[in-house]
Amino acid sequence: MKIDFEHFSTRVDEPASFRELRLEIEEFHHEYCNSLDSGRVMEWPDYFTADALYRITAKENAAAGMPVGLVYCEGRGMLRDRAKAVAETLMHAPRYLLHSVTNTRVISSAEGRIMAQSNYLLYQTLVEGPTTLLQAGRYFDTFVREAGRLKLKVRECVYDTELIANDIVYPV
Amino acid sequence: MYSNETVLGQAGAHPKERNTRELVWPEEGLQTIPDWVYTDQSVYDREVERIFHGPSWNFVGLEAEVSEPGDYKRSYVGPTPVVVTRAEDGSINVFENRCRHRGAEFCRSPRGNAKELVCPYHQWSYDLKGNLQGVPFKRGVNKMGGMPKDFRNEEHGLRKLRVAVLHGVIFASFSDSVEPIESYLGEEMLVDFETVFKDRKLKVLGHYRNELPGNWKLYFENLRDPYHATLLHAFLVNFGLVVAGSKSVMAVDPIGRHGSMGSAKPENLSFVLDSATAAEMRSFTEGTSLEDPRLIEYVREFESTWTVTMQTLWPNLVVQRELNTMGVRHIIPNGPHSMIMVWTMFGYEGDSEEMQRHRLRQGNLMGPSGFLGVEDNEAIRFVQEGLRRSPTDQAVLKLGGDTEGSDTTLITESAIRSMYRYYRETMDF
Repeated sequence: MKIDFEHFSTRVDEPASFRELRLEIEEFHHEYCNSLDSGRVMEWPDYFTADALYRITAKENAAAGMPVGLVYCEGRGMLRDRAKAVAETLMHAPRYLLHSVTNTRVISSAEGRIMAQSNYLLYQTLVEGPTTLLQAGRYFDTFVREAGRLKLKVRECVYDTELIANDIVYPV
Repeated sequence: MYSNETVLGQAGAHPKERNTRELVWPEEGLQTIPDWVYTDQSVYDREVERIFHGPSWNFVGLEAEVSEPGDYKRSYVGPTPVVVTRAEDGSINVFENRCRHRGAEFCRSPRGNAKELVCPYHQWSYDLKGNLQGVPFKRGVNKMGGMPKDFRNEEHGLRKLRVAVLHGVIFASFSDSVEPIESYLGEEMLVDFETVFKDRKLKVLGHYRNELPGNWKLYFENLRDPYHATLLHAFLVNFGLVVAGSKSVMAVDPIGRHGSMGSAKPENLSFVLDSATAAEMRSFTEGTSLEDPRLIEYVREFESTWTVTMQTLWPNLVVQRELNTMGVRHIIPNGPHSMIMVWTMFGYEGDSEEMQRHRLRQGNLMGPSGFLGVEDNEAIRFVQEGLRRSPTDQAVLKLGGDTEGSDTTLITESAIRSMYRYYRETMDF
């Protein structure tokens, strides 16, 4: 899939016209991040539609139109498989993760699809270690509504932090 | 060494990290590995000199990454930055990323296309083969200054490395004496290598990069260690991908420096694990199934006994063929306690859209977020931290007794012993 950087990066002339929607999306981010930061990874797939696409990839890949993902999930089934593996069987040292999501921009809202972009900072703390910035990136999101509630149809996490500190265990 | 910088256990906090001991191999021979192999700076320095800068072939890229004349990319031979180019005549060239003038590492973009390479400091320009072309004000200005009359551009080009390209895979060497690439790899290793690369046009799907807080040799050992497959990797066991006793091989080349781990996924996924074997595997959870089983489907596209081959080609290349998801991993040593890994994932020209998506989905198995990849990276961190911080100073390598070389059982360390036999000879330990 190709991220339409043109579309996402175009200046929004009237951001105030999307003010309520932006607030709603920020509230969505807060709940999404709370589920992950509280260690409730089994809640993570619930934020997505059944046919959702979720990808985490480096900026160099997104910029070149390369399709690979560090994580690449087609459909909520794959999201659930990943959540379950991470929660129950994946061997990894214990850690805390904390998201900071800022700079939410609503790009467009048309035909039931809302396109939005946000910055994220993901902090990781390993046992007896300092808190480090694990990943700095941007969410490129397409939301739809199901029963009035926002759900992610597409979330692409495009990270600047191309040199990953060992591994990314939990969803971003 | 940033991901190794813990608060407790800072680099240098334990005496083992200083070069205060004699580098004498313990009397247990190949049934042990002394910690200093992983922690000692002088050992690392000798490795760079004798291995990475010595008579070896180092992976630096794929032809598919520099497919057009003028294409270039940054890469590394050992810890040394190099530039890989395709010149106008189609040839692949590799040279030091260091301006011959005052030493600037001048090529800063990870990849690109150019007609010439210019160092921004004094604008010395080089052609795509690394030859010095232009020196501004070479003859001075107003008859003052400039280079001496006997200055020859030909004597001041970028330092060139020897290049070998085999089935679209690019290798480079600082050595004039290393044997041709086919004999370097050897017949046995060429079989699995050719399965992936021969007569195929690669399509690059993208890259990952990560820094593993461990000695580069630990990664080779991990892929020469079939023992851990069913014990560490719950995913392999729970979904029947590899079971202790299923068809597999750990093959090494005759001198022990290259290896290839192969396994064949059972055709019938509803396998029955005997209770004795199940009891040995703490990671096994009966009755797990994937909501989306497409992840572990195998599309038969290779003429090979194996559905998975993981090749480790000395000293810096891993070739991954994991069912239908393929990639190369370039290991860049970064001091004794760290390595950088650059992953290039690929499919083939002519893959249908559905096949490409299958490869991308299956890619979730490997990589810095992979179901298998994460666990190896974590284990490597644990080992390096344990080695650095404990007075006990050698490993136990007795699985399989004192056997060396290839084996068809997973429950052996014979391939690791072979690797260290070769290592000790190369390093004079």
